Amino acid sequence: MDLFEYQARDIFEKHGVPVLGGVVATTPEEARAGAQELGGGTVVVKAQVKTGGRGKAGGVKLAHSPEEAAEKAGEILGMDIKGHTVHRVMVAQGAKIAEEFYFSVLLDRSNRNYLAMCSVEGGMEIEQLAVERPEALAKVAVDPIVGIDEAKAAEIVDVAGFAEELKAPVADVIRKLWTVFTAEDATLVEVNPLVRTEDGAIVALDGKVTLDDNASEVRHPDHEALEDKEAADPLEAKAKANGLNYVKLDGEVGIIGNGAGLVMSTLDVVAYAGEAHGGVKPANFLDIGGGANAKVMANGLDVILNDPQVKSVFVNVFGGITACDEVAKGIVGALEILGDEASKPLVVRLDGNNVDLGRQILTDANHPLVTLAETMDGGADKAAELANA
Amino acid sequence: MSIYLNKDSKIIVQGITGGMGAKHTALMLDSGAQIVGGVNARKAGTTVAHKDHDGNDVVLPVFGTVKEAMAETGANVSVLFVPPAFTKDAAIEAVDAEMPLIVVITEGVPVQDSAAVWAYLQGKKTRMIGPNCPGIITPGESLAGITPHTITGKGPIGLVSKSGTLTYQMMYELKDLGFSTAIGIGGDPIVGTTHIDALEAFENDPETKAIVMIGEIGGDAEERAAAYIAEHVTKPVVGYVAGFTAPEGKTMGHAGAIVSGSAGTAQAKKEALEAVGVKVGKTPSETAALMREILQGL
Repeated sequence: MDLFEYQARDIFEKHGVPVLGGVVATTPEEARAGAQELGGGTVVVKAQVKTGGRGKAGGVKLAHSPEEAAEKAGEILGMDIKGHTVHRVMVAQGAKIAEEFYFSVLLDRSNRNYLAMCSVEGGMEIEQLAVERPEALAKVAVDPIVGIDEAKAAEIVDVAGFAEELKAPVADVIRKLWTVFTAEDATLVEVNPLVRTEDGAIVALDGKVTLDDNASEVRHPDHEALEDKEAADPLEAKAKANGLNYVKLDGEVGIIGNGAGLVMSTLDVVAYAGEAHGGVKPANFLDIGGGANAKVMANGLDVILNDPQVKSVFVNVFGGITACDEVAKGIVGALEILGDEASKPLVVRLDGNNVDLGRQILTDANHPLVTLAETMDGGADKAAELANA
Repeated sequence: MSIYLNKDSKIIVQGITGGMGAKHTALMLDSGAQIVGGVNARKAGTTVAHKDHDGNDVVLPVFGTVKEAMAETGANVSVLFVPPAFTKDAAIEAVDAEMPLIVVITEGVPVQDSAAVWAYLQGKKTRMIGPNCPGIITPGESLAGITPHTITGKGPIGLVSKSGTLTYQMMYELKDLGFSTAIGIGGDPIVGTTHIDALEAFENDPETKAIVMIGEIGGDAEERAAAYIAEHVTKPVVGYVAGFTAPEGKTMGHAGAIVSGSAGTAQAKKEALEAVGVKVGKTPSETAALMREILQGL
């Protein structure tokens, strides 16, 4: 899960990382109150969107009074920045910046450890810096067991080339950011810019944090409150509430399968099949997971049949842990519950664990909407054809 | 021959008394694998009862620790069906006991835990497969994981895949030919055994005549595997990559399956593989057809 800047700020503050005052606002009036709360002086009103380039898009504005903060918030709220609607702004304390730096620590999947990146040239897009002046970006591997201890933090500021008097204070902030990374189970903690203010303080001015969803589920119940519920598609929200792994896409063939790889592959195969049937495309990704029972199957079908874009459904299951008879029972049960509301044709392909039982259940039910397919390719083709009918 | 697992492998199950552990212990026994016991600290000294492939009763001892289980049974493989919150500790216990192979089936392991286990086992005697994987099967000999053993039998093809169900699908497509070993390495950002590890092992396995490599979006494991193939693999390799239609920024089920920017797309992976002479199928069935052609030509 990616966090908004204001959420990252709050988490930084919680772990002792120096940040400036910031108040989130969803209306101009709240922005005015926020600016007042921050002392009534100069503030920066910043669009809260999970994408880069908001400054260029006009999503960051300076305001010299609470009234002006309200006015600027009014301009920014509702803006569209690269397809993201701005629902909230952060009113942040102004700072007199002397220097801008960059720091991040992230999961390095290629090397199966962590990577700290640091530069005394902050503020610009780090991708651009990495390409144009790679020598200006220090990259230091971090051992997952040792972490960023005093020695590692000293190494990072050294390689980055900080001025002697800045090394200790920056290293101290870096160690606190490492605490954020481990304590919150992040896969990315990025500060851009990390600044030195004119009065000599090192401050994290803008932060980006990505949390590991697995860890949030296992040991951070408080992370649930950080989810951006308004941004989620209503069908995605419904699926999530039922514990389903669902991603809404823009197409006509609803897809249900088991196992992320097979479902991804099913999307591809349906898209190829769709080329011969009016260009129909997969409508979603839905993985019912390993060991899914009839209820899970029924919940999945319910989500997909409620997608108005869906014209046909392809159920593609290879039973490993999942038993095909459970899947078949789920389909039959879901169709019973939905009754007349179920009006979209279903193509079902089952193989693997208990396949004969599963097929028998569907054959016996003899539901007019259900077609059994022998193969994955055949099923994809049939579902695409039905979506184009 | 085979890779990592054979008929002599003696397997214990960490989490043998849990729901998943019990269910798959039964299936592994049914496959003919030598399951010799299990571990659960709270149920040490008890036993669990199952049937073997011929319907005979099998009574398996439950030990308090992996070390004890190894000393008593001579186990050299451990399969972990442990809840994600406890997987790190269970894996580290097995590493400390010098278990040669651990197969971590558990889904949803925090990635910092996987990173810690990976760092911990450097220089130690343990190979880890997974987490979040279906495990490994050497058809007709042994099964350490959850792959259905009834799909196909022994044969000349080695298979390595990030995905469980795509492994099953591919085994099914080529069931008339059979497999030396099929290994599902898992779809998490950090896994213990990579495509490259499996390619190296298949290259050195005389029984494996050709290799199917299945990848999916996210990361650069397939690109790295392509570079490895160019340098080190003489056996024919057929590839498949899932996720051509996956949009940018959306995680497709596996924690590792996300396309960010231009990196990690299915197209980029396909091109990297084709550039080193690997034939890449558009679909599982086309991939199977490519493998058939290759085996006929050998």
